Amino acid sequence: MSVLVYVEQVDGKFKKSVFEAVSYAKAIADKQSTNLTAISIGNVGENELKELGKYGASRVLNVSNDQLKNFVNQAYASVIAEAAKKENADVIVLSNSFSGKGLAPRIAVKLEAGLVDGAVELPQLDGGKFQVKKTAFSGKAFAITELTSAIKVIALNPNAFGTKENATDAAIEAFSPEVKSTDLAAIVKEVIRATNKISLPDAELVVSAGRGLKGPENWGMIEELASLLGAATACSKPVSDADWRPHEEHVGQTGIAISPNLYIAIGISGAIQHLAGVSSSKVIVVINKDPEAPFFKVADYGIVGDAFEVVPKLIEALKAHKG
Amino acid sequence: MQKDNLKPYDFMTFNNQIYKSMKILVCISNVPDTTTKITFTNDNTQFNTSGVQFIVNPYDEIALSRAIELCEGGKGTVTVINVGEVATEPTIRKALAIGADDAVRINAAPRDAYFTAYQIAEYAKSNDFDMILCGRESIDYNGSQVAAMIGEFLDIPSISIIKKLDSDGSTATVEREIEGGKEIISVTGKFIASCAEGTAEPKIPNMRGIMSARTKPLQVVEAKEIAQLSKVQQFETPPPRGAVKLVPAEDPAKLIDLLHQEAKVI
Ligand SMILES: Cc1cc2nc3c(=O)[nH]c(=O)nc-3n(C[C@H](O)[C@H](O)[C@H](O)COP(=O)(O)OP(=O)(O)OC[C@H]3O[C@@H](n4cnc5c(N)ncnc54)[C@H](O)[C@@H]3O)c2cc1C
Ligand SMILES: Nc1ncnc2c1ncn2[C@@H]1O[C@H](COP(=O)(O)O)[C@@H](O)[C@H]1O
Repeated sequence: MSVLVYVEQVDGKFKKSVFEAVSYAKAIADKQSTNLTAISIGNVGENELKELGKYGASRVLNVSNDQLKNFVNQAYASVIAEAAKKENADVIVLSNSFSGKGLAPRIAVKLEAGLVDGAVELPQLDGGKFQVKKTAFSGKAFAITELTSAIKVIALNPNAFGTKENATDAAIEAFSPEVKSTDLAAIVKEVIRATNKISLPDAELVVSAGRGLKGPENWGMIEELASLLGAATACSKPVSDADWRPHEEHVGQTGIAISPNLYIAIGISGAIQHLAGVSSSKVIVVINKDPEAPFFKVADYGIVGDAFEVVPKLIEALKAHKG
Repeated sequence: MQKDNLKPYDFMTFNNQIYKSMKILVCISNVPDTTTKITFTNDNTQFNTSGVQFIVNPYDEIALSRAIELCEGGKGTVTVINVGEVATEPTIRKALAIGADDAVRINAAPRDAYFTAYQIAEYAKSNDFDMILCGRESIDYNGSQVAAMIGEFLDIPSISIIKKLDSDGSTATVEREIEGGKEIISVTGKFIASCAEGTAEPKIPNMRGIMSARTKPLQVVEAKEIAQLSKVQQFETPPPRGAVKLVPAEDPAKLIDLLHQEAKVI
């Protein structure tokens, strides 16, 4: 028995959500009095791999293979499933990222394992059961799901568990499973990534704006506020539908579901479909000129006022606060 | 393309060229309308469907719309498939009204993603599809699981959360969403993808579509048994938030203070 965590790398580095997944997997390993092994795929340097020890991984299987430099869903799933077999792992943890969402179901089928996606808490192991809480109905509810299979796969939501340090010296081992050519039928031709922007699904702070902003030309102050806070930017659906902002910023029921520590909604009414994707944010701030806007009902803090007056003042206040 | 080794219904001519006719399978899920207030019954073990309006999962509408676009002008045919009991038929008819050519219903309540994906994969095995499209996730259980599971059952590539899809009949080019950007992926041969916004504008059924949907073929297939690996034991609704603290519009510095001192998020 052991716990295996897949650590997704981006350009040879691990993001915070990966350390969260490692911390979470370590807590499960502790509950089961077993060890935690991590598996990394792609070209990650020794120093970065050693970082995984900080959060409790005692071993790291390092797959460094040029064919696997870019993410190939099918091949990565095979490699992780191979590692799980080799390690005799009965719990496999991934981060519920875009890639994680593509991998976890394939791994689950390969290992005939039950899968919980979007986990938000540690498993409950009472009475010999294995139950995990996950989000459901686009954040309008949670579902406590029992996994009855021998092997379990869990995809952890970013920002749900946090990182917990647990210093261990991680032993790094090369792992070179054979890669079937049929697993490489989908080829990544190009990766386009904005390096100067904070990615929305991982962001701890998010500044979001809606139709109340009147037009794309008014997003300057939103971006300035976000950059002062170190926050990602988001928007409501009509805003991305009108091409004021790119689709990947659209949050809500039909966009991305997020749960940052802070969500600031500016000029967004708070329609049920919008709230679905953001209501599990830890703190919600609403700025809207209409005191009757439904968003105020689910907000922690609010300002009733015109965004075009309030936001510039907020930017000034923030600059003063930062000194 | 050589015509000789193809059966007559497998190819078509277009602009004097011979193409293999494309067969696309679109998986549609029957979900509560997006305005539904979510409540539960039986000690919070069951979703309360009373008074709830069911719709085609919005992402599946996008997948279906793109499939129809790819097959326009007789370049192929679109089959929709749903795993569900007879009550889902209005949703299936809606998909036919949007423009699918025919439909299949696997007659069973979808127990979990593993069960659903297995049924669809079994059907796809005996019916030669070039491409299978799903939605990014169903808006009820939000698993994002079914598509990749079908891919694994069929041992074909699965590409999750795509925003663009083009195909020349043998090679497809797709854009996949990643954190902070996108990947351009090329895939030859059969594959499955799950579609998000951007892939297509959702099509709205017109009168002709609605009329013809009634007579389009809807085949019912019995489900196959497979082990159950997961089960929802209980639902919870999020705890309500306390009342909002209002800060005067003239004094946003107060808000910064509260976020820093009280909420401790900045
Ligand atoms: C199937 C379906 C799925 C959907 N999915 C989503 C989704 O995923 N995400 C989503 O966001 N929406 C979604 N919607 C749309 C949703 O119902 C709302 O229409 C949308 O969220 C409204 O966007 P908004 O708040 O930006 O605009 P509006 O509703 O127009 O609200 C604008 C707000 O700005 C305020 N305002 C105006 N001027 C100012 C000013 N100067 N200063 C301050 N405040 C101002 C107004 O008081 C108002 O509250 C979906 C709808 C459907 C039917
Ligand atoms: N019962 C079902 N019948 C057919 N397709 C389904 C069903 N459930 C889910 N799907 C498909 O799988 C996608 C992802 O669903 P999920 O894994 O439940 O988030 C949906 O967008 C549909 O395309």
